[in-house]
Amino acid sequence: MINAEPTGETRRQGIGGDDDVVRVRQLVRAAAVATKLSLVDQTKLVTAASELARNTLIHGGGGYAEVIPVTNGRRNGILIVFVDDGPGIVDLDLAFTDGYTTAGGLGLGLSGARRLMDEFRVETTPGEGTTVSAVKWER
Amino acid sequence: MDRIPVLTLGDVLLVSIQVDLEDQLALRLQEDLADRIVSTGAHGVIIDITGLDIVDSFVGRMLATIAAVSKVLDAETFVVGMRPAVAITLVELGLPLRGIRTALNVELGLAALRAARAAEYAEPEESDDDESVAT
Ligand SMILES: Nc1ncnc2c1ncn2[C@@H]1O[C@H](COP(=O)(O)OP(=O)(O)OP(=O)(O)O)[C@@H](O)[C@H]1O
Ligand SMILES: [Mg+2]
Repeated sequence: MINAEPTGETRRQGIGGDDDVVRVRQLVRAAAVATKLSLVDQTKLVTAASELARNTLIHGGGGYAEVIPVTNGRRNGILIVFVDDGPGIVDLDLAFTDGYTTAGGLGLGLSGARRLMDEFRVETTPGEGTTVSAVKWER
Repeated sequence: MDRIPVLTLGDVLLVSIQVDLEDQLALRLQEDLADRIVSTGAHGVIIDITGLDIVDSFVGRMLATIAAVSKVLDAETFVVGMRPAVAITLVELGLPLRGIRTALNVELGLAALRAARAAEYAEPEESDDDESVAT
């Protein structure tokens, strides 16, 4: 479980096409700026969000993203959640392996996004879908 | 925008990416550049990413592909203007930017292209020399 309490409004963006990946990045970028994350942390957060949004689109067959300003009592951060009702991930360890891909990608999105974020959690059920939640905390 | 403009600067093609790239736009740029290298006979490509505040695996792969394709078409690619935060993030993401040569800005990129071109012309003679020494 990620310990994070909302401190502001949840923003939601549907993910059904390429242009929605751009919209997710814009939404996350705006939230990161509002929370005053450092430039490097903003960049890491938006990059991770871009990878996860594309996974939702390509592997999950579409879904939506939520962007939520949060706190853990000591620090503020941004929680990003990606939800799809696609095929799910059968072998999560394998999916986290650098270079593992089922779609001719580089296989870096999931593992790379986890490295870029401070908290990372995947809930997935084969045949039902995948939810990825991740937080970037301010330094 | 449905296309990223490609400028011609002598025998160098210059692309300045100013917008948050949609995947389709990135793919189209890849094709446009290959066409333009062939139609202009350009020997160098400079991609200015000063305007990009992130480079994810998709754009990273596009840059690597452009570099590889240009190489096959006898043109060298330099990516210039990468922001420090982008460089840090790319390394942590784990993206192998194989074959991508970088310079700090367009000016230095042009100089590096000229140097790379000059070195390339110098090389065959050197290897001839080596052979004559060996025999
Ligand atoms: N939302 C998802 N639903 C179903 N499978 C997924 C999902 N996200 C990731 N996966 C699986 O995990 C694998 C690894 O994902 P990852 O993002 O690391 O690589 P990729 O998307 O294949 O390539 P890249 O992101 O480097 O272009 C994918 O190939 C896919 O099989
Ligand atoms: Mg991916």
